Amino acid sequence: MAERYSSFSGGGRMWLLQRVTAAFLIFVLAFHFFQLHFVQHAADITFAGTQARMEQPVYYATMVLFLVTATFHGVNGVYNALINQGLSGRLRSVVKWLLVIASVALIVQGIRVANVMAGVQLT
Amino acid sequence: MAEPYDRGIIEDFGRWKGFSAGMWAWILHKFTGWILIGYLFMHVSVLSTALVSGDVYTQTIQGLEGLAIVRVMEVGLLAVAVFHIMNGTRLLLVDLGLGLDQQDKAFYASLLLTAIIAVASVPTFLQGAF
Repeated sequence: MAERYSSFSGGGRMWLLQRVTAAFLIFVLAFHFFQLHFVQHAADITFAGTQARMEQPVYYATMVLFLVTATFHGVNGVYNALINQGLSGRLRSVVKWLLVIASVALIVQGIRVANVMAGVQLT
Repeated sequence: MAEPYDRGIIEDFGRWKGFSAGMWAWILHKFTGWILIGYLFMHVSVLSTALVSGDVYTQTIQGLEGLAIVRVMEVGLLAVAVFHIMNGTRLLLVDLGLGLDQQDKAFYASLLLTAIIAVASVPTFLQGAF
């Protein structure tokens, strides 16, 4: 076992989260594409149909988790790619916080949309 | 933080002449990743029409789906997503130390499966588009 190569030893928390979200996204992204292009054709989508799907708690929760994990995985991937290209110093901090703000905005907006689709009213 | 080593313009160009499966897997994974995160922001923007009204949402989606160029781009998006999923699975297996000596073959398999799935999806995606 000690001889076996694995990069799962001693990685950072963000590194691990990128892999965990990847494993989840493999299935959910495939499901999402299959559901909304093959089971239900994209051209036939209506608000009523979307509402019927989003009103199911498991579907709603899966889609919100999909949004959060995809945003993290994508934005963290972009950040890693930029660091790989040599992003460093103060610019690195600026880019990092811009990406954090963009991610939070995307997730908040996505959840607002999901709530309208599911008929969830906060207040 | 290590500074990127400047290999000079000649060597930078020279690297493209030599084929390496690993390099192309890396480039294509980054490229498809950038497209997918860009699409996610656009996707949420389009779905946000639901905040205006259900009718505006339905009209926006059906209006977009009525454009042939959108249907063609959706096949491209599927190809991008399938490749990212396939190659990502390969990377997770590599991280786990599985199939290290089969990496090149797994990359070619990712490309082949992506091509097969994208081509097979064309009739479904373009149905009624033209």
